[in-house]
Amino acid sequence: MGPDRDQSRHTRTALVVSVLVAVTVMTLDAAGGSSSPVEPLRAGAAEVFGPIELGADAVVRPVTSAVSLLTEMRELRSDNAALADENAAMRAELATERVDRNRLAEYDALAGVTDGTGFELVPARVVAVGPAQAFARTVTISAGTADGVRADLTVVNGAGLVGRVLSTSRHTATVLLAVDAGSVIGGRLDRSMELGFLRGNGSLGADGRLTLNLVDPDAVPGEGDTIVTWGSRGGSPYVAGVPVGSVQVVQASAGDQSVSATVEPFVDMSALDLVGVVTGAAKARPGPAAGGAP
Amino acid sequence: MRVLRPFVTAVLVLLTVTLQVGLFARLSIAGVVPDLALLLVVAAAIVRGPAYGTVLGLVAGLAVDLAPPADGVAGRWALGLALAGWLAGQARSDAKQSAFATLITVAVASLVATSVYALTGLVLAEPGVSVAEALEVLPVALLYDVAITPLVVPLAMLIMRTLDPTPVRW
Repeated sequence: MGPDRDQSRHTRTALVVSVLVAVTVMTLDAAGGSSSPVEPLRAGAAEVFGPIELGADAVVRPVTSAVSLLTEMRELRSDNAALADENAAMRAELATERVDRNRLAEYDALAGVTDGTGFELVPARVVAVGPAQAFARTVTISAGTADGVRADLTVVNGAGLVGRVLSTSRHTATVLLAVDAGSVIGGRLDRSMELGFLRGNGSLGADGRLTLNLVDPDAVPGEGDTIVTWGSRGGSPYVAGVPVGSVQVVQASAGDQSVSATVEPFVDMSALDLVGVVTGAAKARPGPAAGGAP
Repeated sequence: MRVLRPFVTAVLVLLTVTLQVGLFARLSIAGVVPDLALLLVVAAAIVRGPAYGTVLGLVAGLAVDLAPPADGVAGRWALGLALAGWLAGQARSDAKQSAFATLITVAVASLVATSVYALTGLVLAEPGVSVAEALEVLPVALLYDVAITPLVVPLAMLIMRTLDPTPVRW
C-alpha cells in the first residue's frame, strides 16, 4: 500500500504542476501579445534550435532533395490524364537534371526578380516547415540578423511573393507564408489598379488559396487578372509591386453586395526551397513610393 | 548512467523536435508530420511511469511550442504532451506486455495531444484553427503516429531503459 500511495501522490503532483505550468505559459503568452514574458524564451529557443535546424538540414538535404523530386513526380502522375505527356517530359527532366542545376536555375530566377525590380535580396533556404497539426503556415529560413534580416521584411522567390518575416534569431528567421490564415496582404489588380486585401485560407498544398476583397465595393475583379503587392509605408512588411497571384474565381455575395475573388498564388508554398528576403527597397524605380497599406 | 540521463534526454528532445520540422516536414502527408516528440514521451512514460511521462511531456511540449518556425501562443503542445505522457503512464503495464497495446496507447496519446492543441487554439481564437480543419488533421496525424511507432518507440524505450536499468517500483 505504501509504495502505491507514494506513486499516485507523485503522479498527481506531476500532473497538477505540469498542467498549471502549461496553462500559465499559455495565459501569459496570450495576454502579453508581442510584449509577452514568453517572448525572451521564444527568442532563446530560436537561438538554440536555429543552428540545429540549419545543421540537420545540411545533413539531410541530399536525401530530402531526392525525396522531394520523387514526391513531385508522384503528384504530377496523379494529375489529370491530359497532362500525361507533359508529365513524361518533366519526369525525364527530373531524372536527368542534377539537383545542382535546378538550384542554379532557382538562383537565376531569383536574380531575375532582383534585376527587374532593383530590390536588394538576401538569399536563404527553407530549412524547417511547421506541421499541419500546428495550424500555422510558417517556415524557418537559413538567414538571420547576422545577414541583415529583421522582422517585417518581404520574402519572395523566383515566382513571386512568399510571405513576410515574423521573427529572427542570429542565423535563422521565421517566415509567415502568404497562405496562412492570419496573413493579410494589401494587393493591387494589374488591369484596373484597384486595391484590395488578400487573406490566406491556411492551406499549404495544392488548395492553398488567397481571398481577395476589394476596397471599392463597386469594382469587380476580372478572372485571370494578376495581383501585385500594394506596398506598405517604408516597404515593411510588404514592398510594392511583387506578383502575388492571379484571380481564379470571382464570387458575388448577394447578402452584403460585396465581391470577393479566389486568388491562386504564383508561388508553390508546399515546395519552397530558395527564397530571398528583400532587405533594400527599390532604388532605381521611377515614380513616387507607394504607401499606406498594411 | 544515471548522471547522463538528463543530458541524453535533452538531446533526444532536441533531436525529435528538429526532425519533426526538418526531415519529416519533407515526408509529410497533406502537411501532417509524425509527432516524434509525442512518441518519445509515450516511450518514456511506458518505461518510467506516469509522473516522469507527464514532466517530460511538459518539457518536450514547450520545446515544440517554442522551436522555430512555431508561431502563436506557447504552452499548447506542453499541455497536450503532458496529458499524453500521463495517459501513457497509466497504461504502461498493458503497453509493456503487448505491442498491440503500445499501438493503442500511441493512438490515444496522439488523439489527446492533437485535440488539446486544437481545442486550446479554438479557445484562444488562433488564426487557422477551425473544427473542420482539426477533423481533417486529427485522423491523419493519428495514423501517421501509429505507423511510425514500430520504428521509434522500441528504440526510445531501449534508450530509456539503458539510462536507468533499476526497475521502477511505482
